[in-house]
Amino acid sequence: MTVRVYDLAHSRAGDKGNTSNISVICYDDKHWDFLDRELTVERVAKAFQHIAKGPIKRHPLRNLKAFNFVIENALGGGVTVSLAQDIHGKSYSNVMLAIELPDPK
Amino acid sequence: MKAEGAIRVGAGAGTSDDRLVPALELAERGDLDYLVFECLAERTVSRENLSRSKNPEQGYSPSLHNRLRMVLPACIKNGIRIVSNMGAANPLGGARAARKEAKDLGLGDIPVAVVLGDDVSNMVKSRGDLIMIENGEPLESILPKMISANAYLGADVMVEALNTGAPIVLSGRVADPSLFLAPMMHEYGWTLDDLPKIAQGTAAGHLLECTASVTGGCFGWPGKKDVPDLANNGFPFADVRADGSIVISKTPGSGGRLDVMTCTEQLIYEIHDPTAYITPDCVLDITGISLAQEAADRVRVTGARAKAATPTYKVNVGYADGYIGEGEVSYGGIDAIARAKWAGEIVKDRLKAQGFKYDDFRVDLIGVSSLHGQPDIRPEPYEVRLRMAGRTYDRKAAHAIGFEVRALHMHGPGGAGGAIEPRVRDVLAVKSVLLPKNLVNAQVLVEGTL
Repeated sequence: MTVRVYDLAHSRAGDKGNTSNISVICYDDKHWDFLDRELTVERVAKAFQHIAKGPIKRHPLRNLKAFNFVIENALGGGVTVSLAQDIHGKSYSNVMLAIELPDPK
Repeated sequence: MKAEGAIRVGAGAGTSDDRLVPALELAERGDLDYLVFECLAERTVSRENLSRSKNPEQGYSPSLHNRLRMVLPACIKNGIRIVSNMGAANPLGGARAARKEAKDLGLGDIPVAVVLGDDVSNMVKSRGDLIMIENGEPLESILPKMISANAYLGADVMVEALNTGAPIVLSGRVADPSLFLAPMMHEYGWTLDDLPKIAQGTAAGHLLECTASVTGGCFGWPGKKDVPDLANNGFPFADVRADGSIVISKTPGSGGRLDVMTCTEQLIYEIHDPTAYITPDCVLDITGISLAQEAADRVRVTGARAKAATPTYKVNVGYADGYIGEGEVSYGGIDAIARAKWAGEIVKDRLKAQGFKYDDFRVDLIGVSSLHGQPDIRPEPYEVRLRMAGRTYDRKAAHAIGFEVRALHMHGPGGAGGAIEPRVRDVLAVKSVLLPKNLVNAQVLVEGTL
């Protein structure tokens, strides 16, 4: 059994230059420790390997029951020069939400 | 109605393309003191600099006309002061346009305080040694192609402009949260060394700067994150007290939702290191912030911290960087993907045969892999849209992409439909450098009589 990030958290992606930042925000505070343990930089890097070169930094935000993932080299050179359709990477939060994790139970 | 002893700062735009009606509703029903319009994306100033070079009257945000025409009567009637960076590459021209709009609306002679000095293009021309943040290279290499260089000014000069008493304050490039912080500093006499208050005001500005993003826009998900009456979602405002206490809310009676979830998404949005969100006014730390639902559509923000501002301004340098050409066409039904892939190869062969070269090139299968890649693991859809795009300094090569994709109608695999006209756009690239603040001469002028 697995659980998706989608089942436990919501997410939004932002852009600055060629860097994407993607929040992961728990619906329920009680899932934060689980995500803290399982939603590792390695798992996120694997999910984004076809999109971003990285590196990836992970910032825990315990006060907001959240995490902030900062993914570099993720936006085709940046909004102004990117050939992508989604130049801002707004849709990247959905790559994060689709990540599968071991069942917390 | 706002409580006694609080001021109310509203957000009327989070981009030049933002919706107009919610700003009017906020001006009419929001009981505001200030209405802030943030209208400059990273490359907007470059684009407006090009407009200005063609016509010296232009160069401000073209959206200024429609925006002011819509909200000015309500703002003047209700005593709401307008603060905006719609001046873009020509704040003085924007001020003249704003005054003309007011006059045409029968509102009389409205003075406008203009903030100047963000344009540092002359200065950076002699500073090719500055290092670009994005790639660590000296600025020298892009100076010949430079279109604009603008420092992100801070709240201090906006306060100076508000101190004139003019009902409208127009600037060019100013950091987004600073536009919101300035009215708070002006009202309460906060200074930049009063860091707890500057931190709270900056956090509030960050929460407001994308308007609907905190009221249920860019948020909803049917059955999971429902948003009531999203079609009529309202714009947000902050109720601010002299002690730095902040409550975020939205236009009474508007659609959408404003709660801890929407506020949390916006608070983290476009933040990198959450202990060091650098603005011209401070270095904000959001790791101590608490968001609490105080009432329906009201969220209290506490615990923002900040360190003193850095000694530099971030400067965006815009430059011409060639062209992007694009073409699109659709395939549907049996073997749609196979035909689209074949078509893509044919176009690549034809472009190559004509000797066109591209610095970057991309083939997308829309419906399969245009957003997140990995076409080989995606389920096959009924129909697919082939999109091809390339970046090059050769305008002909850029145009040829869309030309050859459109020609697939007659010269490609069977059943291609719905190609777009060949599309070519100028690339206005942006890099940034840091410039010592003491080299930048921000100043305030007033157009009209106070």
